[in-house]
Parts: sequence; C-alpha cells; structure tokens
Amino acid sequence: MATMAEKIFSWKLGRDVEPGEFVVAPVDISYFQDGTGPLGIRRFNEFSDKVADPRKVHFFIDHASPSPRKELSNDHRFIREFARRMGTYLHEYGEGISHQIMVEEFAKPGDIIVGADSHTCTLGALAAFATGVGSTDAAIAMSEGGLWFRIPESYRIEVSGELEKGVYSKDLILYIIGKLGADGATYKSAEFHGEAISKLSQEARFTISNMAIEMGAKVGLIPTDDETFRYLKSIRGDQEFLNVVPDEDASYEKTFYFDAKNIPPGVAAPHNVDNWKPIDEVAGTPINQVYIGTCTNGRIEDFRIAAQILKGRKKHRDVTLIIAPASKRVYIQAVTEGLIKIFIEAGGVVLPPGCGPCVGIHAGVPADNEVVLSTQNRNFKGRMGNPSAEIYLASPATAAASALKGVITDPREYL
Amino acid sequence: MEGMTILRGRVWKFGDNISTDHIIPGRYYHLRSNLPELAKHVMEDADPEFPKKVKPGDFIVAGKNFGMGSSREHAAIVIKLANVSAVIAKSFARIFFRNAINNGLPVIIADTDKIDDGDELEVDLEKGVIRNLTKNIEIKIQPLPKVMLDILKEGGIVEYIKKYSRLPVTE
Ligand code: SF4
Repeated sequence: MATMAEKIFSWKLGRDVEPGEFVVAPVDISYFQDGTGPLGIRRFNEFSDKVADPRKVHFFIDHASPSPRKELSNDHRFIREFARRMGTYLHEYGEGISHQIMVEEFAKPGDIIVGADSHTCTLGALAAFATGVGSTDAAIAMSEGGLWFRIPESYRIEVSGELEKGVYSKDLILYIIGKLGADGATYKSAEFHGEAISKLSQEARFTISNMAIEMGAKVGLIPTDDETFRYLKSIRGDQEFLNVVPDEDASYEKTFYFDAKNIPPGVAAPHNVDNWKPIDEVAGTPINQVYIGTCTNGRIEDFRIAAQILKGRKKHRDVTLIIAPASKRVYIQAVTEGLIKIFIEAGGVVLPPGCGPCVGIHAGVPADNEVVLSTQNRNFKGRMGNPSAEIYLASPATAAASALKGVITDPREYL
Repeated sequence: MEGMTILRGRVWKFGDNISTDHIIPGRYYHLRSNLPELAKHVMEDADPEFPKKVKPGDFIVAGKNFGMGSSREHAAIVIKLANVSAVIAKSFARIFFRNAINNGLPVIIADTDKIDDGDELEVDLEKGVIRNLTKNIEIKIQPLPKVMLDILKEGGIVEYIKKYSRLPVTE
C-alpha cells in the first residue's frame, strides 16, 4: 500500500503514515555547504550548544572552493572551527560537491537525510528520502537529531522503452520537466519507474533525481535494484543495504507516462529550466562558453561521454571550455583513464573538484550578453554571476559537441 | 505575530517563477555573513528599483511558484529585513515557503490576479482575507496548516524552540 516515501517514514517511526500527516522523524544525516553553513551555525548557536551525533553531520566547502575573496575565506574559517570543535565531518577544498560525496560514501537506501542545499534530492537515486532545507531546519536536525516533516503525496513517473543513441538521462529529465513545468510536482515525492529508468546506470540516475527539485518536488526517488547495489558495493565494499521499493498496490496522487524513444536530445533554453526545446530548434545558436561538471553531470560517466567526442579534436576558437569534476574520486579516475589529458589537449580548462562556475561565485563568470551552454541544473537569470548572460542546459555530449563547433550542436553528429 | 494580524501597505507586483536568484543573486554570495549589506540587493534581479524604493510595510505580490530554486534561507531573510509585511502569491516553492515561516515572514497563498502594482492592501491574517483598498474588493486567503501558524505566531522556529524546548509537532 505504501509508496517509497511512505515506506521510509513508516520504517523510521515504527507505524504506518499517511500523506498529509505532520510527523517528527529521526534524521540519519544532516549537512551544510559553505553558502548555508555559516547561517546554520549562527542559528544553532541561538538555541543549542550540543550536536546530537557529530558523526551524522557534515560540512562541505564546495561552492567557493578555494575561496575567491576574504569574506568567504572568513566564512570558511568559521565553518572549520565549528566542525572541529563539534567533531563533525568536514570536507575541504578539492574534495568535491556535497551531493556527490554523499552518494559515493554516506547516503544509504532508506535513510532520511536533510541538506542545506536544494539539490540534496540527488540522493533519492539511492532510494534515500533526501530533501533540501534551509539553514535553520538543518541546524535543528543537527541539534535534535530529528526534524518535523509533512508526509508528501507521491507522483509516479513511468518511463517506458529505452533512450536512443546520443540521448542521455539529462535529456530525459529536461524533457520531463518541460512537460510537467517548474512547479509541476511542487511539494510531491516524485518516484521514477519503468524500463527506461531501470536500464540507466546508477550514475545516469543521479542526474534524474538531482533535477527533481526543478519541478518543485520534495524528493526524487528511484527504487533500488541490482544496479543500485552494484554501484554501492563497487565503492563501499561488501555491506548490506536495504531494498527500498514501493508496494505493488501503492497509491499515487497522479501517474505520468513517457516513452523514452520519443525523446530527442534537448536543452532548457534561457531563463527557466522548464523551457525545453528539442536540439533541432536551437542548433546553430552561437555560444561563448561551455561548462561540463556540477552535481548534475560532473561524474566519471559524463566525462567519458564528453571525452569520447573531444578526443583528438580542438574546441572552437571563440568558446571557453571549462570542466570541473564533481569529486576527488571522479578527478582521480579521470586522470587515470586519460580523460583529463583529452580535455586539456582539446583546449579545456580543468578546475578543482567543486561547484565551479555553476552559481557565479568565481571562475567562469560570463561577460555581458554572453551565451553559455552548461551541464548544470539551473539557468535562472543571473545564475552564473551575470544577469545579462543567457544559459542553456544540456547533456555532456551536447556540451562537448557544441564546444567543438562554437554553436549549439546535435551530439549525434559525433557519435 | 502580535500586532501583525492586520497588515497594511502598498503592492510590488511580480510575475510567475520568481527564483531565489532573483531575490538575492548568487554574485552576492560573499555578503551572506553580512545580512544588512546583503539586504541592500533584495529582489534586484527582478526589479533593480525595488531595493531603493521599497517601504516598510509594503507587500510583495507574485504569480505562481514564488521562491523557486535554491535552499538559501537568505532569500527569506532579506525580504524580512526589508520590512516587507508579507509575500502573497498563487503558490510558493517548498523550501522558500518553509524558510519564510521559520523566519517569521508571513507567506500568503491567494489568487493574485486582481492585485496590481501600486495597489493598497489590508491583510487580515486572523480572518483570512485580503482587502484590496484600491479596487475595493476582498480576496480569500488559503489557510495555513496549524504547525506553520504556531511557528509564525512565535516569530519563527528559533523563537518557538527557545520558548517550548521542543519541535512544533506533537503526536
Ligand atoms: S554544482 Fe551547482 S547546483 Fe550543484 S551544489 Fe554546486 S552550486 Fe548547487
């Protein structure tokens, strides 16, 4: 009878829960990044002096990493001092983006996790009930070991068939957001099902859950299967993990059906993530910068796809090509496989693991009226640090192909 | 929320999908530990005049999905610091909504089609009604869940916890 979200809360509370109910539930992990951490710490200091369990709390210095200015350096020091004093985890410069480190090393199926960052929903691809909250809510979870939640209603998103060559999970999720709209799943638990989803690698699934927030969802859950456990065991070794799937007769507020074979490569055009356009409609648009990375598409599989297209070729003269691995693990793997060499030889600039230019704090801020094509998850006005710039969102394959031509390009030309 | 049950002020009208990047752009990231300075840029990318001209008591009125995007609580805080009395929208993004309540900023769900820029409003939170004094009409407010009203009444979640030493849900 229970959807994935209802199941996880029922397990944690030891009783059945209903959508719409307000509960206080234990939180397995709470985390902060450098933009939300300082406020979280200040709020915490207003009402508490004790972290419930320091081994369930993480601080990540990933957004402005390394710091581009003194104000942020001071914030970083403030975070470091607090994390050391309380004995929490602290993830430093060069270690990578919070959500990526969470999926590699910490998040487990069936966990309840809150992160003071909206893309915490990435972890839903490992069937963790993981949701973004503000600094104060994360501070409460850090202090109390729990938080109040409203049990969300669930939407079932069923994707049949298989993606065609040159079409990736990024194209799929951009398409779905285009159909449902930026507020199409506001407050809901979005559960992704169907043949097309189960055929995706775990890495590709993270891209889907990562963008659940872009249609307003509270979580983006994908049931566990052999691929989930293969991924977890490949990194964490032999451990037992919970199997989290919905009951067969679970009830959903709405079900949406998509057929993967109808989905072409696509982009989100400026300035909204739901402004989906098929590649045909935008191909030929001149661009000034390409960014491959972020918590959406900065994983090793993304880099392999981009490198396959960039190998032995040179980026277009008028385009800046920036690449940032999502984590240290991705970076080392990319070095080992020779992908970084391919990027550098193609004329790319490789930044340290972290958010890179995604949110416009440093490295890679576009000039006035420039056009950027990025593998990130948001193209809001001003997102990359310049409100007059235009941002298109696309897959790593489309990004790599477009970097070569200097205009938005269908990646299938190179595959 | 004492003395806050009747709010009165002038309207700043915005459209749909106002994101947290509109409310407080990422380029001011370095000011996040300096809230008064950060607040000087409130809503700047939605209307560059707003931070200069907003008056205490004014309302932000918008279409659907107000506050979409990031989890930055600073978005709710800078609106509060600008002394905006409430944000009224057809719908809100989830994280912003919760952040606003946690900071004691009233967020009101209502049909905003009949509210225009510059209109004078009176909002009665207790009765759940918006009076558009300029147009001489009344608009109903969608009631808030009890837990959120309880937090708002204390002026925010931190004040609530300090007062009751517990989270605002009892089973
Ligand atoms: S990569 Fe971009 S979207 Fe992801 S956590 Fe960093 S700033 Fe946020």
